[in-house]
Order: sequence, then structure tokens, then C-alpha cells
Amino acid sequence: MAILINKDTRVLVLGLTGRIGSFHAQDMINHGTNVVGGVTPGKGGSTHNGLPVFNTIKGAVAETGATLAICFVPPPFAADSIMEAADAGIETCVCIADGIPASDMIRVKRYMRRYKSENRMRLIGPNCAGIITPGQAFAGLMPPHIYMPGRVGIIGRSGTLGYEAASQMKEVGIGVSSSIGIGGDPINGSSFRDILELFENDPETDAVVLVGEIGGPQEADAARYIRDHMTKPVAAYIAGLSAPKGRTMGHAGAIVSAFGESAQEKVEILGQAGVTIVPTPSSFGEVVQKMIA
Amino acid sequence: MDIHEYQAKDLLKQFGVSVPRGGIAYSPEQAVYRSHELSGEKCVVKAQIHSGARGKAGGVRICSSDEEISEAASWMLGRKLVTHQTGPQGKLVGRLYVEEATNIAQEIYLGFVMDRTEERVVVVASAQGGMEIEDISADEPDSIIRSVVDPAVGMQAFQAREIAFQLGLDATLIAQAVKTITGCYRVMSELDASMVEINPLVVTTGGEIMALDAKISFDDNALFRRPEISEMRDKSQEDKRETYAQDRGLSYIGLEGNIGCIVNGAGLAMATLDMIKMAGGEPANFLDVGGGASPERVMMSFRSVLNDPKVEAILVNIFAGINRCDWIAEGVVRAVRELELKMPLVVRLSGTNDKEGQKILNNSGLNIITAPTLADAAEKVVGLWKNSPEKGAA
Repeated sequence: MAILINKDTRVLVLGLTGRIGSFHAQDMINHGTNVVGGVTPGKGGSTHNGLPVFNTIKGAVAETGATLAICFVPPPFAADSIMEAADAGIETCVCIADGIPASDMIRVKRYMRRYKSENRMRLIGPNCAGIITPGQAFAGLMPPHIYMPGRVGIIGRSGTLGYEAASQMKEVGIGVSSSIGIGGDPINGSSFRDILELFENDPETDAVVLVGEIGGPQEADAARYIRDHMTKPVAAYIAGLSAPKGRTMGHAGAIVSAFGESAQEKVEILGQAGVTIVPTPSSFGEVVQKMIA
Repeated sequence: MDIHEYQAKDLLKQFGVSVPRGGIAYSPEQAVYRSHELSGEKCVVKAQIHSGARGKAGGVRICSSDEEISEAASWMLGRKLVTHQTGPQGKLVGRLYVEEATNIAQEIYLGFVMDRTEERVVVVASAQGGMEIEDISADEPDSIIRSVVDPAVGMQAFQAREIAFQLGLDATLIAQAVKTITGCYRVMSELDASMVEINPLVVTTGGEIMALDAKISFDDNALFRRPEISEMRDKSQEDKRETYAQDRGLSYIGLEGNIGCIVNGAGLAMATLDMIKMAGGEPANFLDVGGGASPERVMMSFRSVLNDPKVEAILVNIFAGINRCDWIAEGVVRAVRELELKMPLVVRLSGTNDKEGQKILNNSGLNIITAPTLADAAEKVVGLWKNSPEKGAA
């Protein structure tokens, strides 16, 4: 498999019976994802669009052997749902919700430390578009047809900017091994660095495209990892060159509040670490093509 | 969400932090009356706006007579104060806080932030109070004390004690300092604040620790469970354009340029602003129309963008995942017709149902310029704007 999801991954949908959960679960199934059931507390024992519904994630895991959960639970209840997934032995949880209080995420991150790192769930998101291994399966909101299967990994905070990268690459005949949206929140699950490490160790990925933005320390952290540990080439674009300081640009995490958090500074830090800079959001295709030629 | 100094002080007081006595006033007469309720020779009249650095803008005045209070209050009320945090348009002073003057022996900086590296609340303190934290980090980096709070157990007394001793506070003040520091942390954690900043926290000549100024910001995502905090919102402190859009669920930030932007996704919206700038234009706004945008939402986005009189051209950039380009196109056509849009409009549609969307725009008979890529769209809108008769008219 590329990383995190393939056609055999057994996927559980948290919040399956809601409007959004229903819609996207069906879309995931239509594109080959192995969705094995859903969880909605109080609706256990019923079926929804042909899928079994469970009251608890533990119950669902015991019955279906699910290893990946996608969480469509609304923001006020999402943190609770993530912790339930972690405790139920889910390996990867993708959380879509945009609007989880930062203090809830602090609690989630603290809670997850109770598990030894080898047993600890990998959280993707929140406030992300999800993850996809083109041609196989996806857990998220993305339009799968814009991705061509291939050998370049994508990691991004923004959903639509990740689509932009994938479709420009497809235009010039470059395919994607997996695309991972880590989300736009200030405190999130997996970081750029975490996912870079997965791509570095993935035999089906040859190069990585990183789509970052203003705010937070994760791009600089990624730059250090790339410089010290990556053997595969990395290209990066950072959005927000024209963003005013101290304003939150849509994503809760997209705010410049410290040194090194502006787009200009991040571009410089990544460039110094040997990363190929994608100078404009319209040049993903040509820059990646040149990089892997 | 930001609140005023007097609201922040009231919250802090409820959590055991000492603050000078004071009262709110909406007129010069009321300011004078308030001062009579206080003790001491002098009082401080403070303009209540959502910004720091008010002193430099004339928004903080120490007064020792009724005349001075009245004069200071008349000058401040109704005035727009401009600080480096307000932007050039400034913020309107609608209310004043009249406070007892304090005799200061020592000034301290005390801040609480959500630290993104630690993924926890971090306390930042410095004995160099009164300066802005950016200046302290630049000029006196060694004076900065940091302490990380474990969210599972909260702030412990020993941590507060360590901070107090590192600040060099006298042994007789430690108990007060611990009460102050742990009280601030409780405001942070129990009210879902994203930032608490006391600058300065002072030791008075009488040996009391007091918050002389206070700034608290709240996590917008947590307001749903803090109705008492939501009520402190003051719309007069917000950018009118932003209030209009945000009240309708659109993510909008007003900027200074002339090219209005309607985009889906925060990252793509930021990238679109960058492209406009690279093409030689200046964006008027950031606007994320969000996922699943209906024609009505697109209409609302146009209205939001056009609320800014500086806008002289519009760029719509959509990469549809859960959105549908045909719906977006319908919304665009309706907006152009109903709002009788005359200024240059460039639309770029990509992703789900882009062909159908394109067709709707082409068949509308309206003067809508389409572009296949973001780069092309940005160049077209900047080019059209530069040659437009509307340019500079606004």
C-alpha cells in the first residue's frame, strides 16, 4: 500500500447516520473503499444504507475488525469520539470536523499519551479533507477523480489547495501514491514531520509535495526532518505570502503570532533544508515534474 | 473573540486576581461621577477599545480633578483611536473605564498562551513588565520565564511559586503571586480563553499584587458552550465588512486592496490572494465560501465582497470537491443579474461538474470572463482592473 489506507483497509464511519456521514460514506463506498460499518450511540443493532450500526467503537471493532475510523461527528462532540476511537484500538482516525475547541484538542493529545507509542492511534486532522490512496480507497471529502495513481506523496493542511496540487500534477502525467490532509487547526494530530516519515519509509513513494501555510511551528519542524533524515526529494508551497500579521486566515491555525511563522520565513527555512520551493500555487505541476526528472 | 479591559478585569476578579477599583462610563458626566465613587487623589480614564498600546494613542489619561476627567472623557468618547494593532482606520471609543490610580513599585509581564509546539498552555512571565512581549523577547530574552501546564492536573502551586521566585518577588508576596497566577490559569482553562495577558501586573507600594491592564481573547470554536462570554461581544469594535460576512457563516477578512475574492477553502483562498499580488494587484479581502456552497451562499459572498466600496473587480476561484461548479455558476449568474454588477468579473471553476458550470456561465449572455487556471484567472482580473474605467473611481 502507499500509506495509511488501501483497498483492503477496514473502515468504520463515526457519525454514519448523520446527513454528512451518510453522504460521504456512500461516496467512499462508490470509489472502492472497504467501509465495514458505522457508529452512532443509541442506534446500535440497526442498519444504515446496508451497513451495520454499532453503539460503541469497541463493539464495532470487535465485530468488524475495523482498523481505520473516519469521524464525521460534529465539533462539540468530536474530541470525545476521537478518544473513544483511541481506546478501542483503532490504528488510524481521520477527523473531518472544523471547529473543535483548542482546549479539547489539548485534552485529546494528553489523553493519547496513556498508550505506549506502538499502540497509540494515529490521528489525522481535525479540520482536514481526509486521506486518499488513488485508485484504491479514500477516507474523506475529496473528489477522487482528480488524483491519478502514482508515486508522489502529498501532505497538506488545506483540502482545496491539495486538490490544486494533485490536479496540476495529473495534467503533466504525475500520479499520487497517497495524499494526506493534516488539517488547518492549531493543535492537530499528525504533523508534517510524522507523515514525511511515513512517506520516507514507503517503498511506493519516490518524492513528496508539502503544502503548508502561515502559522505554527510544523513547517520548520518538517524542514529539520527533511534536512537530517529524508533521502527522497521534497517540494513545498507555503500559502499566505500576502496575509497580514495577527489575523486568522480562515483556518484556526493560520495566524502569524511568532517568529518563523510567516510564509516568507517558512519558505526560507525549507529552502535552506534543501527543499524545492514551489513559488506559486499555479506551478505545482512544472516544479514537481522538474524535481523528479 | 476579544473583550474589553474592564470585562477582562471583572472575570479575573471572579477568579481571585486583584484589580484596582473602577467603573464604566459612557459620558463625561458619568466619568466624573464614577471618579467620586473611588478613593485617592488621582484616577485613570481609560478608553475601552479592542487594542493594546492605547496609551501612546492618547487613550489612557491620569487625572486629578473633575475638569481633567471631563476634558479627557470628552476627548476620547466618539473618537477613533489608531494604534499599531487597530489598522489605519482605528477603533471607536464608545465607553470608558475610570479606575483608581495605583502607586507602582514593580511591573511584571504575565501571559498565558496555547503553545503550538508544546500543545499545552504555557505561562510566560518577565520582570520587564510594561514592555510588549515582542520587545522583551528581542531586548531581554533572558528575562523570560516559561512554564508548561499539564492539562490533566492543571496548574500546580509549585509551578506558580517557581515563577514568582524567578521573578524576584519578595517572600512576603509569594502567596499573593501564586493566587494571581493560578487564578489566571483558571480563567484560561475554565472559560476557554485562547490568551490571557496581564501587562503590567504590578506590585504596589503598599505591597499588593494587582492586574493594572488585562487582555483576554477567547477561542471562537468554544463560544457555543460559553454563552456568558459570547454576551461580551462588542460589534462596534469589529470591521463592519467582517461582521456582515461572519454573521452569515462566511469566513471573511477585510484587506486594503481593490480586487474582491470569493474562493472555497482557506488554503486556496490564501493562495489566491498571493497570486493576485504576484500578478501586480492588491486583494480587497479573504473570503472562504466553505464546502457545499449553494447559489444563495454565493449570492451572500458577492454581497459581502461588495460591502467594501474599494472593490473594483472580482475574482471567483473554486476548486470543487464537495462543492458543485454548476451550483456556484448559478449563484454567480444570479448575483451579476440581481446586483447589476458592472465591474470586471473573472471566474475560474475546476473540479466536480466544472463543464456544466462553464456552460452556465457561457450561456448566460453576461460579461463573465472565465479562466482555466488560477494563474490565468489572477492575470486576467488584474489586467481587466488596470484597464477598467471603474479603476480609481471608488
